[in-house]
Amino acid sequence: MIGLSHYLVLGAILFAIGVFGIFLNRKNVIILLMAIELMLLAVNMNFVAFSHYLGDTAGQIFVFFILTVAAAEAAIGLAILIVLFRNMRTIDVNDLDHLKG
Amino acid sequence: MEFTSLVFYLFSAILVLAGLRVITAKNPVHAALSLVLAFFTAGCIWMLLEAEFLAITLVLVYIGAVMVLFLFVVMMLDINIEELRKGFWDNLPLAALVAILMVLEMGTVLSGSYFDYAAPLAKPEGYSNTKELGMLLYTDYVYPFELAAVVLLVAMVAAIGLTLRRRPGRKWVDPAQQIKVKRGDRIRLVSMAPQKPSASKADEEEEA
Repeated sequence: MIGLSHYLVLGAILFAIGVFGIFLNRKNVIILLMAIELMLLAVNMNFVAFSHYLGDTAGQIFVFFILTVAAAEAAIGLAILIVLFRNMRTIDVNDLDHLKG
Repeated sequence: MEFTSLVFYLFSAILVLAGLRVITAKNPVHAALSLVLAFFTAGCIWMLLEAEFLAITLVLVYIGAVMVLFLFVVMMLDINIEELRKGFWDNLPLAALVAILMVLEMGTVLSGSYFDYAAPLAKPEGYSNTKELGMLLYTDYVYPFELAAVVLLVAMVAAIGLTLRRRPGRKWVDPAQQIKVKRGDRIRLVSMAPQKPSASKADEEEEA
């Protein structure tokens, strides 16, 4: 029988895959953004699972808002990516050292 | 094994494999398409959790809008994949260690008896998840809902403002300036006495 913990562990695995992706693709900004989307999906999975098992619809409302904010984040992130590529002809994170921080 | 368990394990396997494909694919287009598969499978799992509205929203909004935006951007940029793949596996030991530790820790915590909730009762006939969400969203959460709308507006303005290209040396007239022009700015009426052209001057011009 599938219980709450199954969904939570699935969410944990997805989140870990996101972190793993950020470690591996530390050069490619596009894949970094996709890994962030995966992590957000893992969080949403937890919210939906808790909402179902606790019988509280508020969790699904939270997922709704997370989806909104994630869409805004993706739009702005990709816009920044395009401006970056237009100016530097690369999306390599290692080349983004103009601030000399 | 129960049918829903089978469906859950099948979809979970597809989701995890698609997630791994996202972060290891060589071609960013393949990564984006794998992410589409991952989102779709997550939508299917949310259907198992009886969150129909969110499942369909995930497919329509996330796959239909956000992932298509990703695909557009990936295909628009002409990136050198070989350069970006250099040293891809350098961080593998550390990354694998961190990821596996995270999964083990969270698995230990989450699979304890603390989260052993009984499966919720079946919803009564005629129950609508969408209606329930709508009732909640437009009453208790109406201010957050409007704030979300503002967030989307700001994101739209920011995305357009960031990518708007201003080319120098372009011939362009501000329409507002054109509309603001009065008759007096363009025409000057000069009052002068009527006069005859002198005869001798006309002769000179004819000779010339």
